[in-house]
Amino acid sequence: MDHYIKAEDVTFSYEAQENEKAPEVLHGVSLNIHKGEFVALLGHNGSGKSTMAKEFNAMLLPSGGKVYVDGLDTLDDALKIEIRQRVGLVLQNPDNQLVASIVEEDVAFGPENLGVSPPEIRKRVDDALKAVDMYDYRMHAPYKLSGGQKQRIAIAGIIAMQPDCIVLDEPTAMLDPRGRDEVLETIHRLNREKGITIVLITHYMDEAAGADRVIVMDDGQILTQGSPRQVFSQVELLQAHQLDVPQSTELIYRLKGEGVPLPDGILNIEECVSALEPLLKQSGNIGEIDASH
Amino acid sequence: MVRDITLGQYFPGNSLIHRLDPRMKILITFAFIVFIFVAANFQGLAVMLLLMASVLLLSGVPLSQYLKSLKAVLFIVAFTFVLNLFYGGGTTVWSWRFMRITDGGISNAVFVAVRIFSLILFSSVLTFTTSPTQLTDALERLMKPLKVLHVQVHEIAMMMTIALRFVPTLLEETDKIMNAQKARGADLESGGFMQRVKSLIPILIPLFVSSFRRAYDLAMAMECRCYHGGEGRTKMKQLHMSGLDAAAAVVSGLFCVGVLFCAFHFPAALR
Repeated sequence: MDHYIKAEDVTFSYEAQENEKAPEVLHGVSLNIHKGEFVALLGHNGSGKSTMAKEFNAMLLPSGGKVYVDGLDTLDDALKIEIRQRVGLVLQNPDNQLVASIVEEDVAFGPENLGVSPPEIRKRVDDALKAVDMYDYRMHAPYKLSGGQKQRIAIAGIIAMQPDCIVLDEPTAMLDPRGRDEVLETIHRLNREKGITIVLITHYMDEAAGADRVIVMDDGQILTQGSPRQVFSQVELLQAHQLDVPQSTELIYRLKGEGVPLPDGILNIEECVSALEPLLKQSGNIGEIDASH
Repeated sequence: MVRDITLGQYFPGNSLIHRLDPRMKILITFAFIVFIFVAANFQGLAVMLLLMASVLLLSGVPLSQYLKSLKAVLFIVAFTFVLNLFYGGGTTVWSWRFMRITDGGISNAVFVAVRIFSLILFSSVLTFTTSPTQLTDALERLMKPLKVLHVQVHEIAMMMTIALRFVPTLLEETDKIMNAQKARGADLESGGFMQRVKSLIPILIPLFVSSFRRAYDLAMAMECRCYHGGEGRTKMKQLHMSGLDAAAAVVSGLFCVGVLFCAFHFPAALR
């Protein structure tokens, strides 16, 4: 497969305070992101996942090792703008990343910086707003929108630069459940329909369960990676590092611990229900389970 | 409560004045303000007032809004009016002990009042009919020649844009902090002036801290979106002058000529 982003043995430490040696945040991380893939980068606070996100678009530069984006070396200062056009980064707080007081002017900010011609910007802005389903709000003031809507505008602002890859650094952490669903639905659709590579950084296991591949980071290193099914079946390993697994997975894991015969790698409620239903019917305790619960 | 404050009171609309190019509007407003001071007799003033009346009506903004904007300067106008009334030459109209009102004083007072009101009204037309983004855009274009003098035109315009964008956000935040401090028993409303100023400190400090955090985040987000100063930047919305703008320029020019004509043809009313 095509390696779109390639990190080779990346180490990173923030600038040293006076007399104190700066602690290393990343200790030799190597990973590949393939074109068109949906990757979830998991880890709890301080695991180095956000630092890693900023390595992907040259916002931070590796202290050791290399990061290549589409073959471009992030250490090369002359390539910075080109790399940031290809890999867009969406941050956590939607309020702090919108620049203009009108939605469509904010979305235009990226292409304006790239020096795109005015009619082309107009077209890109309209397309980007339609892609995140916010076209009807193009003349609104951002502060009147909900958190989920603001975050979608931020995503539209990145899409308007026509990137190959979007990295989202905990985009749902400050949103209510509805806003979270809106944002997740939007990025899954962009991945599916436009073939945009997505790197979703999160500490919600349930969000990661929907990805093609999960990379788990702990203490500045990669703990494990693989398909969600592979990763979340390692319940002991994850729990040893104070990481959760999706709730359905944990339920099944505990039931199995009690000797109930159940399959491995259950990721979501639907799978959980279909695994439990026959068992419960057998024992005759509950006749019917409503899948919507 | 804090959220009720509106800034840059733009009234969206589609009137003739709304449709003018913001650059033309700024230039014309500037010219009008200058000519209010060129008009030195009642004939010239009449021309300006005629112009004012037609612009106000054309703008399609409710006249009550204009009256509201005049309210803000009512005290200053009343004060200068009274002051001017007693200073002036000419024949005495009324006197009592040491006070003396002359016809020159009266006309001076009227002039000053009309001038201040006109100043406010003309600038109100500009801010009522032009959105803040249009204004910053137009200012950026108009100030472009200043680049020769090493004025950072793009940076100034960018700062204005960001400031306008963050006004509602910071107001909301202030409201939140005030409520949080009130919930902890902070008393913001009672006490003397000094007491009240002091009680603002627990509101201002968190506000400052969070503003710096926001600024840091925003700077990062801007860099992520390839911001690298004004160099090589394009704009989605291009301003262009139309026939309407040319017509507006001609009409305003005629009025200004009218004022000039009056200034030379009739004796000055000020002394």
